[in-house]
Amino acid sequence: MASITLENVGKVYTGGTRAVGGVNIDIADGEFIVLVGPSGCGKSTLLRMVAGLESISEGEVKIGNRVVNNIEPADRDIAMVFQNYALYPHMSVRQNLAYGLKNRNTPKPEIEKRVAEAAEILQIGPYLDRKPRALSGGQRQRVAMGRAIVREPAAFLFDEPLSNLDAKLRVTMRLEIKELQKRLGTTSLYVTHDQLEAMTLADRLVVLSAGQIEQIGTPLEVYRKPASTFVAGFIGSPAMNLIDAKAVPHLPGTAHAGTIGIRPEDLSVAADGPIEISVTAVEELGAQRLVHGHTQGERVTVALPSDSELSDNLRLAYRPGALHLFHRETGKRID
Amino acid sequence: MIENRPGLDFLAHLVLILGVAIVALPVWIAFVASTHPPSAFVSGTIPMLPGPDLITNYSRMLGSGVSSSGTPPVSTMMMNSLIMALMIAIGKIAISMTSAFAIVYFRFPFRNLAFWCIFITMMLPVEVRIVPTFKVVADLGMLNSYWGLSVPLIASATATFLFRQVFLTIPDELTEAARIDGAGPMKFFRDILLPLSRTNMAALFVILFIYGWNQYLWPLLVTTSSDYYTIVAGIKRLADAVDGVPQWHLVMATAMLAMLPPVAVVIGMQRLFVKGLVDTEK
Repeated sequence: MASITLENVGKVYTGGTRAVGGVNIDIADGEFIVLVGPSGCGKSTLLRMVAGLESISEGEVKIGNRVVNNIEPADRDIAMVFQNYALYPHMSVRQNLAYGLKNRNTPKPEIEKRVAEAAEILQIGPYLDRKPRALSGGQRQRVAMGRAIVREPAAFLFDEPLSNLDAKLRVTMRLEIKELQKRLGTTSLYVTHDQLEAMTLADRLVVLSAGQIEQIGTPLEVYRKPASTFVAGFIGSPAMNLIDAKAVPHLPGTAHAGTIGIRPEDLSVAADGPIEISVTAVEELGAQRLVHGHTQGERVTVALPSDSELSDNLRLAYRPGALHLFHRETGKRID
Repeated sequence: MIENRPGLDFLAHLVLILGVAIVALPVWIAFVASTHPPSAFVSGTIPMLPGPDLITNYSRMLGSGVSSSGTPPVSTMMMNSLIMALMIAIGKIAISMTSAFAIVYFRFPFRNLAFWCIFITMMLPVEVRIVPTFKVVADLGMLNSYWGLSVPLIASATATFLFRQVFLTIPDELTEAARIDGAGPMKFFRDILLPLSRTNMAALFVILFIYGWNQYLWPLLVTTSSDYYTIVAGIKRLADAVDGVPQWHLVMATAMLAMLPPVAVVIGMQRLFVKGLVDTEK
């Protein structure tokens, strides 16, 4: 158990390419932090710098008040779960779990005890003597997590651990990871490009774009008050409508804004609504339907109940207080 | 292409049978020749069916050899060949594996230069550098020794290159997981790389053993004492009977015996060998 602090952390590759810059994050003991962003935003690099697999070119990383910049990964007291699981293919599940402990000269009875505990928690007891290739994707994922658990580290680092699973299993495993983390209370840093995964798992989200932090906050904070157009467009599904303010000049209180954001679920059909769209496509989701259209050349998506009436042109009203205003040049939020 | 045409089946079998016959016929003739008394060859016709002297000929070669041609018993020569082939195969695997490990996993100055230097030695087989190599081996006092027979043949660019390719297919995450699990470089090599390249080592061992066993020119040069004669070079000496007709029945018996160990290695390691060449599961 430990807190993790990133101070002004940056990564510059030889050749001068900057992957990450000026990142400050304070992770409290036991907190579940999710780094989320599109591919290439530097989230994995950041995680690997915390793990010690990538050198830190700027700033400081502290794990439990100890600066770990020049400490080997094995001595940082962290455990990592990889996207492709990285299980040792020639070892049985049991050996996979025990390997890290064996290298640390943990006494044999202690290793057996911890492996048994981890197997119990993750329900992989029956597979302990199998080789990884005889396991399904979900089981491999559990073993990879077991390898992290047995170490009883100060922090778990997850590098897109669910990306290789099918959609259904991903949802189950997501919940399991969440419950497991709550139960063990281990500080966790989790990287994903999937905003839904990020929202559901995180105590706090860190939204990254182009190597910079866009916003840090609880999932609801980030959802309700996105700090920039980037965050607004990235968090939430379907994505928030970002409309050029010039296209809807008649909306009250939007004169100083460059971009106006409205979530599709905050829009509804109303005969006297201020926004008129011509419908181009409808997506049925079962519980609701997504209606896509445009107004003044700006694309607008609206989430309507599945029994709502449809026509080629719809007038839309928005929930009071549901408008998000963003600065024209910087894209930052205006409050 | 899956087709069911009896005509094609027949043709395919015919081609295969022809191929087997072409390979097997000389072996058969050698075997038959090794079972006849010396008188059988004087007439000038080659016998096609086994003769009565199988046990006599083989036990003579294994036991005492042909002293007139200056070769020791076949059993001694086979033991020499076996030691040489094993030293070459094991030495090559050990050295090329460690050098591939260095090249793939360590970042040291002139790493690429080192790799290309190793690679260039492929253009310099023993036959090309035979005079200087002989001089070096002679100066080191390794003539007429197992080291002299094997050491110059051990350095191998091909095997280094093969292991480099094997190591490159091992995912980075595995290396990183091992690092986080607290495995140092040597532990990683022993616990992860060695077991993962087991089948490749086996495949290479088969190839290298046969390569070592079949060495002819180099053993001929560095061995002057009959105690260190190898079997392949020994066959030649047997056939070179200066003062008489070559004793073909004995030469053929020796040739048959010389074929056995490589065959045994191939059959024994067949499964691993095939796996090592085609297996991609990592």
